[in-house]
Amino acid sequence: MKKVNRLITILIFVFLYIPMLVLIVASFSSGKDITEFEGFTFMRYAEVFRDRSLLGLLGNSLLISILASSIATVFGTVASLGIYSLKPRMRKTVMSLTNIPMTNPDIVTGISLSLLFVFVGSKMLHQRNSLTFWTLLIAHVTFNLPYVILNVMPKLQQMDHSLVEAAMDLGCTPVKSFFRVTIHEIMPGIITGAIMAFTMSLDDFVISYFVTGLDFITLPVEIYNYTKKQMQPKIYAMFTMLFLLIFVLMVVMNLLQLRQDKRRKEAKQ
Amino acid sequence: MEFDGERILDGINLYFNDHEFLTLLGPSGCGKTTTLRIIGGFLTPTSGDVLFDGKRMNDVPPYERQVNTVFQRYALFPHLNVFENVAFGLRVAKLHKQEIQERVHEMLGIVGLKGYEHRRIDSLSGGQQQRVAIARALVNRPKVLLLDEPLAALDLRLRKDMQNELKRIQQTLGITFIYVTHDQEEALSMSDTVVVMDKGRIQQIGRPEDIYNEPKNAFVADFIGESNILDGVMLADYKVRFFGRTFKCLDAGFAPNEPVDVVIRPEDIDFVPPEEGHLVGTVTSVTFKGLNYDIIVDFRGFKWLIQTTDHQPEGATVGIRLNPEDIHVMHKSEYSGMFGDYSSYSAEYDELTEDADDEEE
Amino acid sequence: MRKNKSLLLSGPYILWMLAFTLIPLCVVLYYALTDVETGKFTLDNMQQLVQYLPAFWRSILYSLIAAVICLVIGYPVAYYMAHCGPVAQKFLYMLVMLPMCMSFLLRTLAWVGILQDTGIINTLLIKLGFPHEPGEPVINLIRTPGAVILGMVYNYLPYMILPLYSVICKIDNRLVEAAEDLGCNGRKVFSKVILPLSMPGILTGMTMVFVPAVSTFYISNKMGSTETILIGDIIERMFKQGDNANMGAALSLLLMVLVFVCTGIINRFGGDEEGSVIV
Repeated sequence: MKKVNRLITILIFVFLYIPMLVLIVASFSSGKDITEFEGFTFMRYAEVFRDRSLLGLLGNSLLISILASSIATVFGTVASLGIYSLKPRMRKTVMSLTNIPMTNPDIVTGISLSLLFVFVGSKMLHQRNSLTFWTLLIAHVTFNLPYVILNVMPKLQQMDHSLVEAAMDLGCTPVKSFFRVTIHEIMPGIITGAIMAFTMSLDDFVISYFVTGLDFITLPVEIYNYTKKQMQPKIYAMFTMLFLLIFVLMVVMNLLQLRQDKRRKEAKQ
Repeated sequence: MEFDGERILDGINLYFNDHEFLTLLGPSGCGKTTTLRIIGGFLTPTSGDVLFDGKRMNDVPPYERQVNTVFQRYALFPHLNVFENVAFGLRVAKLHKQEIQERVHEMLGIVGLKGYEHRRIDSLSGGQQQRVAIARALVNRPKVLLLDEPLAALDLRLRKDMQNELKRIQQTLGITFIYVTHDQEEALSMSDTVVVMDKGRIQQIGRPEDIYNEPKNAFVADFIGESNILDGVMLADYKVRFFGRTFKCLDAGFAPNEPVDVVIRPEDIDFVPPEEGHLVGTVTSVTFKGLNYDIIVDFRGFKWLIQTTDHQPEGATVGIRLNPEDIHVMHKSEYSGMFGDYSSYSAEYDELTEDADDEEE
Repeated sequence: MRKNKSLLLSGPYILWMLAFTLIPLCVVLYYALTDVETGKFTLDNMQQLVQYLPAFWRSILYSLIAAVICLVIGYPVAYYMAHCGPVAQKFLYMLVMLPMCMSFLLRTLAWVGILQDTGIINTLLIKLGFPHEPGEPVINLIRTPGAVILGMVYNYLPYMILPLYSVICKIDNRLVEAAEDLGCNGRKVFSKVILPLSMPGILTGMTMVFVPAVSTFYISNKMGSTETILIGDIIERMFKQGDNANMGAALSLLLMVLVFVCTGIINRFGGDEEGSVIV
């Protein structure tokens, strides 16, 4: 049985990675189309750096996702503390509110936000252009918040509440006891939440697609626009570089974590 | 004190003296932890006052009280090592580095943890964690130390050691200890004063000996040690009638013919040949307990527990004599008739009070 | 004191979420119930929904098939991962996560390159000498329902594997031993112990694949044909090309209700267990 599972696992990973392999190969091809490999070239990579438009778009994406995930992390952590000490019934209501963006299809979230912005912008404030950088940021913060809350809340619930009391007992004001004790306890949740929010934000296409205006466009949205018009092969080069970057980052993070686990185990013995 | 609309504490009136070892004793849910939390400042009483050296403390938050707490499951900070845990309160108070060093080392010496400064909390045993928790509280030199079932998570032998240790520390430092436990043995062996609580009310306050020998009502008599509790009538001073006989006793001050509860401790009863006995009954069960036998004897349908070193076979007819000092008479209370009957005796009876170490609100 | 503090901390969040999740849904409702030209109240949009029902059914059918396929092929993977050594587990977990971080638009486009008539598979088959009509592909892969479902499976498979993996990891091996002790053979241990215990993960996985699949527009747009139009395509067109935002709003509303009902049914399968596994 184990052998069958292993075979399936290998096949599935091949399935998952074949399209990416195709893209990586295409990035070195001098041909225009993804399907034909005409000759080996680094031209596409040079293009990425020569014409800065793609890098600019990546910069936009990074800007939005870093801003949105940082705001959501701080805002969400503070909110979690509040939600945690709400009365159970109220807490349940707030948590189902939190779940709306998680369970709603992205397309509905995107459309509802864009309709809201257009409605408020054009009908109430009489602006011509109601979809801006700021509306995009609001949208990203909104769908990032649940990731932070859903990661921080369990940590708060797992935390031994008497730790906070102990800190107060030893002279900490509520604010001090948060920074000296609580935050250390819930840090893993905050970090996971922040990372999830960041990646969701960076890779988000559907919601951004509906909320983006003309003056600020993120990379995924522009890629979509490319796929409708003439595909630009330099995008494959971009993809390959991002792939490598993320791969290296993930490996490094895993290695660091493994080392930390090992050290902790040794400390226990 | 009310909590979520439910009355948890009622009419608690307690005085704590300086340098005293005072224990709040009671079954889980009796309000002892609530009382402790009010003193610690984690709860505000809905009515009544907490006074400290004559000053009203109700609205003083925990971080401004000169009271420190040793928490039930220690509540040590997992992200800090032993030294930093103990130094926590001093660092918050922004003391000078040098002084922090000195005081932490001194305190670690007192609790016997020298050399453990840089250990992680999760690498310590339960007993060591316990000591860190005590050191962390005491290093702040509180006027009062609150201890919330601090030994509940330790195994029996370690618990005995820590009892002695705590008593020693309390005597060395001369700090008032307010100690919460559901373990009557622990309470009796450590305390200067024991406060027995149930249903949010104080049942009795007194020295351990007094609580044991002269319980005020059936609850106290049953909770502290084992007791046979019988219905009786106080005929006059020093004369009590139960089981159809009149006995001499040492109690006085009751109304003539007042119905009373009579307590007879199982270890105070001696067997005599049936013809010499005040009462004659049949042995229905014998359990060997190590130090003694637990023998259940049926006297006219009412079963008594007798603890003795004399073995009696099951089914034997035995007699007992009761001396005046073996009999303790109490006023009737709401607990009358609820305790002290061993008709449903099982060998596990003493574990029933042991499993009550669940946390209470 | 405590009450004030918790409201002070959570209040801004509650307001934010009301303003940007609940109120937008009300705005959608408002648009759905008004006329595109005059802005007056109308039920026309709602009545016109009927003509889009085939697309709705198709979306549900395709995404359910995709979810079931994901479960069938994802379970062995998750099971295998959960029984690897700790280092291998971390590495495999990372390999599952990685595609989720890469642009799904480009990855889907790569599939188009693989499957299309002049694509990699067909070119390969022609080179291998498979017979074909000139100008025609050896096998027709792209623009079929199969291609759309493949796109869904490919895109959302990680969302199935990860919750399954985290649930299977948590199954106490002593339970398996206990079942064996009580006379279960390998198959019975699986059906009586492991499978019921992985139910929360299965439900989460099903939901996490179904919801984005049923509302997708990019996959069907690129891999499908006019015959495989999904509800997401129609909504997207209403907003971005058709300029009938009001009709689009009505369709979104229906889609939302539909997703709500479907996930409700999926979760009902597992009794009242909390189907919430955070990945």
